[in-house]
Amino acid sequence: MAAEETYPEGLKYHPEHDWARIDGDEATFGITWHAQDALGEVVFYEPPEVGATIAKDSTYTEVESVKAVSEVYAPLSGEVLEVNQKVVDGPELINEDPYGDGWLARVKLLDPAEADELLDVNAYRELLAD
Amino acid sequence: MSRYTSATDADRSAMLGAIGVDSIDELFAAIPPDLRLEGPIDLPDGLSETECFDHLAALAARNSHADAEACFLGAGMYDHYVPALVDAITQRSEFLTPYTPYQAEVSQGGLQVMFEFQTAISELTALPVANASLYEGPSSVASAAYLALGATKRSKLVVSRGLHPHSRETLRTYARGFGAEVVEVGLDDGATGAAELAGAVDDETAAVIVQNPNFLGVIEDLAELAAVAESAGAMAVAAVDPISLGVLRPPGECGIEIALGEGQPLGNRLDFGGPSFGFFAATEQHLRRMPGRIAGETTDVDGRRGFVMALQTREQHIRREKATHNICTSQALNALAGVIYLSWLGKRGLVELGELLANRTAYAVERLTAIEGVELLHEAPVLREFAVRVDAPVQGVLDRCAGDGIAAGYPLGREYPEYEDGLLVAITERRSKDDIDRLADSLARALRAADGELAAHSARKSPKAEVSA
Amino acid sequence: MTAPVAPPTNADTPSGQQRERAATVYEKSVEGRRAATLPLCDVPARPLAELIPERLLRAQPAELPEISEPEIVRHYTRLSRRNFDLETGPYPLGSCTMKHNPRLNERVAALPGHARLHPAQDPARAQGALELMWNLERSLAEITGLSQISLQPSAGSHGELAGLLLTRAYHTDLGHQRTKVIIPDTSHGTNPASVTMAGYEVVKVATDERGGVDLDDLRSSVDEQVACLMLTNPNTLGVFDENIAEIAALVHGVGGILYYDGANLNAVMGRSRPGDMGFDICHLNLHKSFSQPHGGGGPGSGPIAVSDQIAPYLPVPRIVRREGSNDSGASFGLDHDEPRSIGRLRGFQGNFGVFVRSYAYIRSLGGDGLRDASETAVLNANYLLSRLGQGRAGKYLPLAFDRVCMHEFVLSGAPAKLDLQVKTLDIAKRLLDYGFHPPTIYFPLLVDEALMVEPTETETRESLDELADAIDAILAEAERDPEILRQAPYTTPVRRLDEATASRKPVLRQPRSE
Repeated sequence: MAAEETYPEGLKYHPEHDWARIDGDEATFGITWHAQDALGEVVFYEPPEVGATIAKDSTYTEVESVKAVSEVYAPLSGEVLEVNQKVVDGPELINEDPYGDGWLARVKLLDPAEADELLDVNAYRELLAD
Repeated sequence: MSRYTSATDADRSAMLGAIGVDSIDELFAAIPPDLRLEGPIDLPDGLSETECFDHLAALAARNSHADAEACFLGAGMYDHYVPALVDAITQRSEFLTPYTPYQAEVSQGGLQVMFEFQTAISELTALPVANASLYEGPSSVASAAYLALGATKRSKLVVSRGLHPHSRETLRTYARGFGAEVVEVGLDDGATGAAELAGAVDDETAAVIVQNPNFLGVIEDLAELAAVAESAGAMAVAAVDPISLGVLRPPGECGIEIALGEGQPLGNRLDFGGPSFGFFAATEQHLRRMPGRIAGETTDVDGRRGFVMALQTREQHIRREKATHNICTSQALNALAGVIYLSWLGKRGLVELGELLANRTAYAVERLTAIEGVELLHEAPVLREFAVRVDAPVQGVLDRCAGDGIAAGYPLGREYPEYEDGLLVAITERRSKDDIDRLADSLARALRAADGELAAHSARKSPKAEVSA
Repeated sequence: MTAPVAPPTNADTPSGQQRERAATVYEKSVEGRRAATLPLCDVPARPLAELIPERLLRAQPAELPEISEPEIVRHYTRLSRRNFDLETGPYPLGSCTMKHNPRLNERVAALPGHARLHPAQDPARAQGALELMWNLERSLAEITGLSQISLQPSAGSHGELAGLLLTRAYHTDLGHQRTKVIIPDTSHGTNPASVTMAGYEVVKVATDERGGVDLDDLRSSVDEQVACLMLTNPNTLGVFDENIAEIAALVHGVGGILYYDGANLNAVMGRSRPGDMGFDICHLNLHKSFSQPHGGGGPGSGPIAVSDQIAPYLPVPRIVRREGSNDSGASFGLDHDEPRSIGRLRGFQGNFGVFVRSYAYIRSLGGDGLRDASETAVLNANYLLSRLGQGRAGKYLPLAFDRVCMHEFVLSGAPAKLDLQVKTLDIAKRLLDYGFHPPTIYFPLLVDEALMVEPTETETRESLDELADAIDAILAEAERDPEILRQAPYTTPVRRLDEATASRKPVLRQPRSE
């Protein structure tokens, strides 16, 4: 059951169609509705290793649909605290609830100030409109 | 109008008119004038069907084939009987002519065959996942090495000298592209030396690659060799003879992580070496790194059972430079012959065939080693192929046997200089006791004749004494 | 034009095949049944454990089917009917060259002298086979305009890898360490995958507005690190790159090698030759241009043709011809000792059975016939394109690059998606109901909603008309009710399949029954 198109307020967006929900010096990452829609039914998510360091603007994992592979970009730099095992077991959660149960990784931020470089919801919507 | 086209002059002019050009030449206008081939390709004129048949038949008549002589050649491809039903089914246009099953709704036959094939290979190897075939045996060895290099992030490949020489050569060719080092471990009385293997394996070793039975026909202790690999964190890879798996302990029960092999013995023609197929099976954890097509079961919108190509994101048409392998075409028709053959032999037939081969081989060993001037190379257990040393130049012996209508075996000298007088003899269910007796008689005559002609050679080498020393 | 009779637009009345549940050969197994009878053991029979140590023996037999011969034949015959094949109807699958497979070729390949010849037979007793391979090599050299051939690679992708390993050997011999291989963004996926396997880095070059290589982009990519450029010409858009001479000069100018992906050779046989275009290495797909049946996905064969400077590195064994003395004719042998060779790429001599078929094809057609085949392939493609340029197809499925095409062309379904809300996939699925195999879809990647159409020379004008009419009828259905296409097909043995579940929870073998 695919979700309706939404882009929640309060999230920070990366131009490669990733989002971050920032909570103090931690953040949760995922891909946007637009990204999952472009990909189609997601069939596989290979999570990064807990403890790994990931760098802003670089890819930290891949998600796969039946006939496409999409690299997932880290919106911010951080150390992986937790990965979403529920998505590993049921990758369709990315389609069903991209901002909720379909989150991909939780990280401890290395440089919270990087968040200033990300887009807010209006800027991201403008990017999609282009 | 040439053979296999239908366009008449009238068609051509109507079609050119519809396109809006005056001549065929205009359709090729994009080719720069200096790159156009002026004049015809310099090839003989086309032949009528009957002339072409006669020409090809005349060429075929100059080959000495396995119906025209008693064939004891093996070395990776074997003269097993191919049942008539294999030809009848594989020559059906519905299997012969389609492309890869890109449109699953109209390719259920081919996709289900792939699924059945994968099941058969999984059963034979006792490994949970198998692909739908690769090109053939030796290049499948290189494919396993590529998987191991990627999975372990290591750079060294340790191979047994019992691995088919073609596999080792192919691996070395590929390894220059992979940037991997290939280290060879010698044989100890015909089998891979576990101690030498342990000495060669280290924490840079991605895979240990062995063959069972090995090239000399000797049955390896796969469990012991796999344990050596495991102790160093290297992947244990085995090339196996599928016919042997009716009776030999399967690789999946020996700690082997990837089993692969040449599929020709399973219902495929000899065809002077191809096409046949390679098979490839692995433990579950390597599934997403497997090369080649894989079919999976699913349902359609109405809930009917059906089959599709699964896990395609591994493959080149999607992942391009990051694909697990570059293979596109596999060997679907040859794999179909394989799965039909295995159904024909069935659960008991494959075991009975193994038992028959073991007994006929044991008989052949006895008969041949009773000949003055023939010695076993090794006293190790064998199933369907064995190596002997003959007390005369091998090529001369082979030529003499050929005169008796017998292809006596495969000379080892070029690929194993240490066995310069070695001859590899293969037995199939098509080689009866009478054939084996004829081989023994012919070999004995050939050796006697060689003895007469080459007394000097025998005196100088004194091989009997050499063997016992 | 006669409008085709429209197939059903719903699946309310399942066909016989649709009512039948797919059962595998394992599910048809019944304990105690069998097909094969083996020869009796005519030598002293001993238990296996007396011959082979018990720890090396299998304890439990593999669960292969227990099934009788009539049931095997029926099972696989029924399965075969669930396939679309060349004899079901037109198969305009782009880039695959689905031409007729002459049955003569099957007959000659099955002659015992070919089919029953052991690959390790002494070359002196396999002279016919070696001569056939020699003759095929010489024919392919003529067709490509390159001097030396290796028949060894098993398929196109294998030929590509061979070509890149040859490239590596050539540069290494010259003392060059090069790292990059340039490929256009329109290339077949095997190209970049082969580049990686050969240890090179992929550099992509863009396509210009005429569908050829973007020369400015190429100029900026070409440097002394470039080992090779891989190109298909005509390319996957069906467009002949007119700038090929300049492309060749650019790559050769920095000492790079030019590689020709021969997948599209069927467009230019007898009209132009890769060697004359400046290519140094080229692979050929015998299963495309040279009529080897595709077998549902193999076997194929991918010989490589090379120029003199690359020849010393070709795989071994090579076929050699030795002139006869006085009264004896020439003889043929296998040469294993070429010191600069890259070595083997596989076992034995290659897919000989494929060589027999393709050699028979070349001898049947001759030089003129091959040229006629390419000309007719290009004529058929352009005729079909002209038909599809009119009416609804012209409106909803325009040509991606508006030029004369070669043997294939690429349409874009983007307008159909926008105006009719049907995807290329939906059109393809509906074509199945009309009795056609769809074109290649969603390739090349740079064309939105791509349909890649290659009719080949063996289709008639009438069948091309029928295909064009069917596409028009399907688009008319979409104008009326796009749901007809979105739910199609209705008449196939199974309907649209759930591919996502097959990849999420893979079931890749028949589970054991217990």
